[in-house]
Order: sequence, then C-alpha cells, then structure tokens
Amino acid sequence: MAEFWTSYLLPGLIIALQSVVLLVALLIIIAFLLLADRKVWAAVQMRRGPNVVGPWGLLQSFADLLKFVFKEPVIPAASNKGVFLLAPLISCILALSAWAVVPVSGGWVIADINVGILYIFAISSLGVYGVIMGGWASNSKYAFLGALRSAAQMVSYEVSIGFVIITVLLCVGSLNLTDIVMAQKGDYGLFSWFWLPLFPMFIVFFISALAETNRPPFDLPEAESELVAGFMVEYSSTPYLLFMLGEYVSITLMCALTTILFLGGWLPPVDIAPFNLVPGIIWFVLKVCFVFFMFAMVKAMVPRYRYDQLMRLGWKVFLPLSLLMVFIVAIVLQLTGWTA
Amino acid sequence: MILGQLFFFVFAGVMIASAVMVVGSRNPVHSVLFLILAFFNAAGLFLLLGAEFLAMILVVVYVGAVAVLFLFVVMMLDMDFAELRQGAQEYLPVGALVGLIILVELLVVIGGWTLDPQVVQTSAAPVAEGVSNTTALGQILFTRYIFFFQIAGLVLLVAMIGAIVLTLRHKENVKRQSIAAQVARDPKTAVEVRKVETGKGI
Repeated sequence: MAEFWTSYLLPGLIIALQSVVLLVALLIIIAFLLLADRKVWAAVQMRRGPNVVGPWGLLQSFADLLKFVFKEPVIPAASNKGVFLLAPLISCILALSAWAVVPVSGGWVIADINVGILYIFAISSLGVYGVIMGGWASNSKYAFLGALRSAAQMVSYEVSIGFVIITVLLCVGSLNLTDIVMAQKGDYGLFSWFWLPLFPMFIVFFISALAETNRPPFDLPEAESELVAGFMVEYSSTPYLLFMLGEYVSITLMCALTTILFLGGWLPPVDIAPFNLVPGIIWFVLKVCFVFFMFAMVKAMVPRYRYDQLMRLGWKVFLPLSLLMVFIVAIVLQLTGWTA
Repeated sequence: MILGQLFFFVFAGVMIASAVMVVGSRNPVHSVLFLILAFFNAAGLFLLLGAEFLAMILVVVYVGAVAVLFLFVVMMLDMDFAELRQGAQEYLPVGALVGLIILVELLVVIGGWTLDPQVVQTSAAPVAEGVSNTTALGQILFTRYIFFFQIAGLVLLVAMIGAIVLTLRHKENVKRQSIAAQVARDPKTAVEVRKVETGKGI
C-alpha cells in the first residue's frame, strides 16, 4: 500500500496539481490577451476598444465569458448532434493538452518528454479536426465551405512548419524543448538565439503559424465577409465559447513555440546582472506577449488573402524555401562541424 | 507495472472497438472518425512500448494528414443511405463467402506458422545505453538500412509524380494570376488618356 502511495498516487497528485496551476494561469493570461488583441486592433483603427467593463475595460473577457455561458445553446435540428457537440470540445482540449510539454522556465515543465517538439507538432496538426467536424456536423452550406477551406489550408502550412522545425532540430540535435532553449544560450545574449542565424525560417514560421491558427490574413475558414462566420456559423453559447477558447489557446501555443524555437525561451536577452536576476518565467511571458502583439498587428493591418494566393504561398513559396534552408543548414553544419 | 497494463487494455480495447465501428457504423463520416480514434490508440500502444518517435510520427502522418484527406473526400460524397442499405443485403452472401475464404486461409497460414527461436537475436540490433529512442532509430535507419530507406522514398516520389501527371490538365480560357505582370504595371502601360468627343463615346 505504501509502495502504491509513493509510486502512483503521489506523483499523480503532483502532476494533477501542476496541470491545474498551469491551466488556471494560462486561461487568465488568455483572458487578458484577448482583451489586448481587441485593444491593439482598436488602436490601429483609432477607436477605443472595450472600455466599459472594469477600469480600462480590463474585465471585458470575463463579462464575455458569463454572457456566453448564460446564453441558450441552439443546436440545429438537421445537424449531427454528437459530432456537432464533440467538435468544439476537441478543438479546446487538444489545444490545452499541447501545453503539457511547454517549458515556461528552466525545469518548469509538466512532462519533460524526449520528443516534445514532435508532440506539439502532432497535437497542433489535430486542431483541424475541430474545424472539419464542426463544419460538417452543422449541416449548413456556409459552415461546410469553411470546413473544406480549412482542411486544405492547415494541411498545407503544416508541411512548411515541419521543415522549419527540422532546421531548428538540425542545429540543436535534440527533440526536447528544454534542450532547444538551452542550445540558444550563447555569449551574445539575444543575438545567439536562433532568430538571427535562421532568420528566413523565423519569418516563415511566423507566417505559417498565422495560417495554422486561422488568424487573419489567413482566416478563410471563418471569413465573415463571404462565409458569415464559416465553420462556427451554427454555434452559439458555450460550444461557441469553446471554439473561441481553443483558437486563442492554440494562438498562444504558437506564440510560445515561436519563443522557444527562435527567441530563446526563458533566457534573458542580456546575460548581465539586472537582467539575469529576473525569473525565467517573466522573460517567457514577456516574449510570448511580444509575439502575440505581432499577431495582433498583422490582424489589424493586412487584408485577407484570396484562396489561390494562400495555396500559392504555402506550396510554391514556403515549401521550396524551407526545403532549401534544410539543405543549406545541413551543409553548413556538416562543413563547419558545429553542434550545439 | 499495473498502470502500464491497465493502459494497455484501455488502448487496445478502445482500438478494437473503434476498428469494429469503422466497419459497422452506418454513416461513412462516422467510420472515418472511428478510424482516427483507432490510429490514436495505436499511437498510445507504441508509447507503452517505449517507441515514442513512432507514436508521434503515426499521429502526425496518419491522423494529422492522411485521415484529414480521407475525411475531406468522404464528407463530400453525396450519400443515399437507403440505397446503400438495399445494396448491402443483395451482396451479403457473396461478401460473406469471400470473408469466410479469407478467414480459413488466415487460419491455415497462422496455424502452421512458428517463429524461428534464433530470429530475435539476429534481427534486434543492440541499443546503446543512454541513447534515446529517436537517436537509435536514426542511427540504424541511415546506416544499415539506408538503401531501403532511399528506395521507399523513391517509391513515394514515383507515386506522387504519377498522381500529378494523371490529374494535371491545362485548361484553356482560365484566367490565372501572373504576379510578375501585375507588378510590372505602371501608369504608362495601365492608363490611357483619350479625348472623347461629345455624343460619340469610345
């Protein structure tokens, strides 16, 4: 019995506690990121944005949460009810489960697995199922068109994300996320992070992350001017909330992944006294917020791509470019014999 | 150990149940969704064996890409379920006969099949201590089996080229975007100023 306690129950309880802490912190941060997204968008358009609920509108996301939860969920009569309700759950749970392997500071990770980056890649490639299932089960033409668009879009951009990750892995020599961050620790502070040596890949990854998370200018699955709200058009109340939450969790995940792969994770930008005394988690959150700010600015400034342009960019520009970079990085590493 | 066995039975049980549902469910979209569940549980079984790289690749390739295309195609089928069921009863005897023959053949083959006791020692390459599963796989795949690896890649390349050749058609009268032509436009080539006489038009 004592052996059962020490080897199963106690570790299990610790993991559950860690997960709860991570999830609560993540969801609170996302509530404010959502507000920040709207504020940035409003500022670019010279509006004020949400400013009524709480001081400077800080409680707007919580008011929205209550509004969604108390509304009546409407399920279309001709829909496939099981799949219809499963789709938002899948998109939310998958996005949250990917956070299990994200190291937010040195050693601050729930599951420090060997194939961490592959796990995130696998889980984020599943995100498309929430969209496809939701679009199909709604039994509506707009929703179905949105689902068809997203299926092709997300599969296309996954390919280039995969190659970008391979270039980083070639430099690191490990699939563990903590190792990837530690490999960027160098003498030159922020200039030894991977964004500089792998610069074109940093841009390709950023744009592909936009496409992977259905953010504007790649928000064709929910293009409101042509498809009303795309795959989400029949959703209301809590199922809609879950779709929104899943979307923002996966956006934050992509920001975190950009931070880990290219911006040195929790490492301080300058490795001298006032900067390296700040806890790693603060740097990590700051970098995630910076990448999210870039996401929000793109949303505010760039018009939506047409569908054939989207496909052209993915297959004819990013795929050859990232393949070429894998080739070049491999050759350079082989010739210089440099391994982190 | 108990936990591992428990998870094995969960993964295996769900996998077999969903595999049955792939064949059994009426709606083809539900079949594909159950197929995805089966893939997912197979990945779980790989994880229990300690083959984490294979598990993740299974999810990335089969669940994340192949099954998406399956779902994509199946969703677009215009299904008439009543007609589908009518046909099923008609072909039931033939299908049952074929299934029975294959079952008997499988029983004959598996019944007379024994594993050579030495085969385990000859095939398993020893994995060095402290080397992760992924590294070990890469070391053996890119040294000992590089030829087979390249051949497999070549087969896939041929299949890909074949699919493109079969489906590529150059249609006439399709307006395509030529980005070079668009960028090369300037006011001199794009705008023409004309003097229009009253009552005539251009």
